[in-house]
Amino acid sequence: TAASAEAVKPTQVVFEDGAISASLSGMPGDAANGAALMNKGSGNCIACHSVSALSDLPFHGEVGPPLDGAGDRWSEADLRGIVADAKMMFDGTVMPSFYKTSGFTRLGDAYTGKAHGEDEVQPLLTAQEIEDVVAFLVTLKDE
Amino acid sequence: MNLKPWMAAAFVGMAGVAIAQDDSTLSIDGEDFVTETAAPAHVENLSTIYSGWRFRTPETQALQEDDFDNPAMIFVDQGMDLFNAVDGAEGKSCASCHKGGPEEFVGLHATMPKVVDGKLIVMEDLINTHRVEVMGAEPWKWSGADMQAMVALIGLQSRGMPMEVAIDGEAAPFWEKGKEIYYTRYGQLELSCSNCHEDNYGNMIRADHLSQGMINGFPTYRLKQAKLISRHNRFRGCIRDTRAETFAEGSDEFKALELYVASRANGLDVETPAVRQ
Ligand code: HEC
Ligand code: HEC
Ligand code: HEC
Repeated sequence: TAASAEAVKPTQVVFEDGAISASLSGMPGDAANGAALMNKGSGNCIACHSVSALSDLPFHGEVGPPLDGAGDRWSEADLRGIVADAKMMFDGTVMPSFYKTSGFTRLGDAYTGKAHGEDEVQPLLTAQEIEDVVAFLVTLKDE
Repeated sequence: MNLKPWMAAAFVGMAGVAIAQDDSTLSIDGEDFVTETAAPAHVENLSTIYSGWRFRTPETQALQEDDFDNPAMIFVDQGMDLFNAVDGAEGKSCASCHKGGPEEFVGLHATMPKVVDGKLIVMEDLINTHRVEVMGAEPWKWSGADMQAMVALIGLQSRGMPMEVAIDGEAAPFWEKGKEIYYTRYGQLELSCSNCHEDNYGNMIRADHLSQGMINGFPTYRLKQAKLISRHNRFRGCIRDTRAETFAEGSDEFKALELYVASRANGLDVETPAVRQ
């Protein structure tokens, strides 16, 4: 059942053509929390993307394409793959990998500029947070 | 790479396509500055290079156009006081030996960093060497107010001269190392200098308008911090923002990076001390 679902670990994720078929947390996502993550914390997607549905928030970036209509262009599985590790879908993209814990050069301790310690590396977003963001993205339909 | 569905609709505003620097002319005391020129051949992925001034708001730009409005000039004055101040065991000031004043250093900044006796030397090295070895004084901290005031004072002597940093001969291995750092994707966000300042200059990243990350105006006065910002402090901030372990100010890595980044501005006029938001 959903309540006892175990999250897929970042190192165990299976990508098919850049997409991930099933929920990483085993639970459905919460689109409202996803919208909040687009703006702040480790998501901060609008640093690079503009989203008309979030136009009440200031300062949308231009580094990535506008996300309006992303729910039409991509399936839920595609969107999950893009958010978890966009490099699987777009070779060499500047978009960070939000559900990845290894393979970094000079990994730091968050934004301190210091080296990451011995602790286990946490992904930028948790499995449930990925699901929440994906739940928000699928609502981005044209018109 | 395949054409992705969004590309047809969203190509405008994408990496490398936006040209959002303005077309204003920087003029100080009636003298026009070169803020845009053909990229030197060794900057492979840009055709035109721009000063960071071209990416700032008209309000910030204006502060740099009049030395009375430029808040950095207070620090340059402090640098002049320091130049004349006796310090250290030998009872000397910079002026004791450099009787011609800082004007002796006209043109020096435009050619820095450079290799001396097989070592890559930046301006802070020259200053501290003289303080320690010839004055018998304590070295200054890299990004300290006194150090950056002196770097700005010496830099100002080259204002309006084109950057012309040597990258060949003895400088070549240091330059190669700096280039490698420039293109390495650091930290948990896996971003390189080039991802932001080459692929995306002209684009907004959150509230920041990305420039080409040039250092021809350093040290710069940053309004947000109300002080002079050293080159290495800026590098550190940018690498920290990728959630990476940064290099230390004054490290061999940052000196090599400084050489490489300075050479990317070859042909732009020195603007030291510039003003930034
Ligand atoms: C540092 C910049 C950056 C950040 C931060 C970023 N992205 Fe992206 N994103 C990109 C770029 C660039 C692309 C275009 C893909 C490529 O490089 O080919 C992209 C592509 C996408 C796409 C597919 C494009 C489309 O709409 O058709 C989606 C969906 C997306 N990003 C969602 C997100 C979400 C959700 C977040 C935050 C959790 C995020 N991005 C954070 C830069 C970024
Ligand atoms: C005891 C004499 C003496 C004092 C004191 C002294 N210098 Fe010098 N400086 C020299 C001499 C001699 C040279 C030329 C030879 C050289 O480059 O080392 C020089 C050269 C320089 C150069 C140019 C180097 C180049 O590559 O063209 C700079 C910059 C400089 N000094 C800065 C300073 C500053 C700043 C101070 C004070 C903090 C200072 N000096 C104090 C003797 C002195
Ligand atoms: C995540 C994006 C990002 C990365 C990666 C990045 N920078 Fe920056 N950098 C910025 C932003 C934003 C600014 C402030 C706006 C501007 O001047 O471009 C800035 C400013 C600068 C400036 C000041 C330019 C001026 O005219 O005042 C320099 C120099 C610079 N960066 C160099 C670098 C170097 C060198 C690296 C790699 C070690 C680097 N940056 C990596 C985002 C980045």
